[in-house]
Amino acid sequence: MSERVYQFVGTTPGTEPYWDAAKEGKLLLRYNKDDGQPHYYPRQICPYTLSTNLEWREAKGTGVIYTYSIMHAAKPAYVIAYVTLDEGVSMMTNIVDTPFDQIKVGQKVKVVFKDMDDGHKLPCFKVA
Amino acid sequence: MSLKGKAYIVGAWEHPTRKAPDISLMQLHAECAKGALDDAGLSVKDVDGYFCAAGDTPGLGGMSMAEYMGLRLKHYDSTDSGGSSYNLHVGHALMAIATGRCNVALVTLAGRPRSEGVQTGTAPRMGNVQQAELQFEFPYGPATANMYAMAARRHMHEFGTTSEQLAWVKVAASHHAQYNPHAMLPKVVTVEDVVNSPMVADPLHRLDCCVISDGGGALVITKPEIAKSLKRPLVKVIGTGEANKAQWGGRNLDLTYSAGRESGAAAFEMAGVKPSDVKYASIYDSFTITVVMQIEDLGFCKKGEGGKFVSDGNLISGVGKLPFNTDGGGLCSNHPGNRGGMTKVIEAVRQARGEAHPKVQVKDHSIVLAHGTGGSLGTRHVGSTVILERE
Repeated sequence: MSERVYQFVGTTPGTEPYWDAAKEGKLLLRYNKDDGQPHYYPRQICPYTLSTNLEWREAKGTGVIYTYSIMHAAKPAYVIAYVTLDEGVSMMTNIVDTPFDQIKVGQKVKVVFKDMDDGHKLPCFKVA
Repeated sequence: MSLKGKAYIVGAWEHPTRKAPDISLMQLHAECAKGALDDAGLSVKDVDGYFCAAGDTPGLGGMSMAEYMGLRLKHYDSTDSGGSSYNLHVGHALMAIATGRCNVALVTLAGRPRSEGVQTGTAPRMGNVQQAELQFEFPYGPATANMYAMAARRHMHEFGTTSEQLAWVKVAASHHAQYNPHAMLPKVVTVEDVVNSPMVADPLHRLDCCVISDGGGALVITKPEIAKSLKRPLVKVIGTGEANKAQWGGRNLDLTYSAGRESGAAAFEMAGVKPSDVKYASIYDSFTITVVMQIEDLGFCKKGEGGKFVSDGNLISGVGKLPFNTDGGGLCSNHPGNRGGMTKVIEAVRQARGEAHPKVQVKDHSIVLAHGTGGSLGTRHVGSTVILERE
């Protein structure tokens, strides 16, 4: 069975630090410095206040599965999910390196980084 | 000023084709326009307002389409909210007519994904790199089916909804489709047929998914004076609402409800009616879960009880409490251009007129509803609700 290919789409101005950190095995989150709250996906302007007073902080890289779906129509099948990080935001991701029968809503997971098609790395999660 | 009742739907026409390899997209739009204008008893020369969705209309917005059909417009609106665009256009046309911006509004939809071989549900679709979310979503393989599947999974987790309950939505649609000579899937199916069909995106099976079809439809909406001069049954627009829903920055993600919660509330408030007053409902049925969530959000049952509500045939005309999608809907009849809102409004108009198939026509068709969800329950979408009254 062929390996799943993770296609890098490209950055938009300001998102390079996220992808650079992923290459180092770090998951970054974007925080509003005014109120100390994170958001996801990372933006250059806070989606709650439109503040531009933002900073990157490293996430712990742990969370729980909010929901998931095994895409049986694809070959190979893959598992898309939303993981709610310990920091309180939910991110779309893939559950990898985990037998399908161990994947449950509420399951604790931790971040792993998968090689993308162009040398970037993609934050995914596996059962902790 | 209340917009209630300031416009009537006087023309509604659905293209009978389900596969149109030899008809261009713009010709399909124009054939739908002709069908709806003939239905109303109006001419293309009467049209002074045009509404279309930019995404299914070739060219810049609706400009090329308007030129193709020879339209001379005083009001122009190419708002695109995906599959719910046409429900939304009814509300926008109502506003334009009520404020005197136009007198006769034409709404068209057409699409040919079947002829073009589009893997509508299972292939992740690349957007524009300028869409800031794309780099954080596309690599993970979001397709239409697995996005709705994630909403279904969470609904099951929180409320105990089962695959068998979801299957009842398809069963009900198939009971209606058997009377529609144009339906792609006219065969009556059972709960077992649905849950034993191949898994597409767990927990959604193939028969939980709508069909992929070519086709289209059109509506003609006008002011009361013109509507009353025509020979068609009077179908009055009494309530409309629209709302968006998204991940909202990632905090408190909740995939168990849709924008129908807000769009429905707005439409009911404007109409001055309650969900229990609705005798027939067209409910967007991209997937079975879409119907279950929307009937909850529109107030036909409590949140979390949608699975129980649809069980035992409550959506089947002549059997249940809330007859829905009596043409067979997107699940069995068609889903032209991957956009199901137009056919939702058209079947609601047929029901309000008393012109649905006799086997599925509801006896009391005083108040009907058509609701759409465009985009994805799993990421971001726009809901739009239309409530119609047979005068």
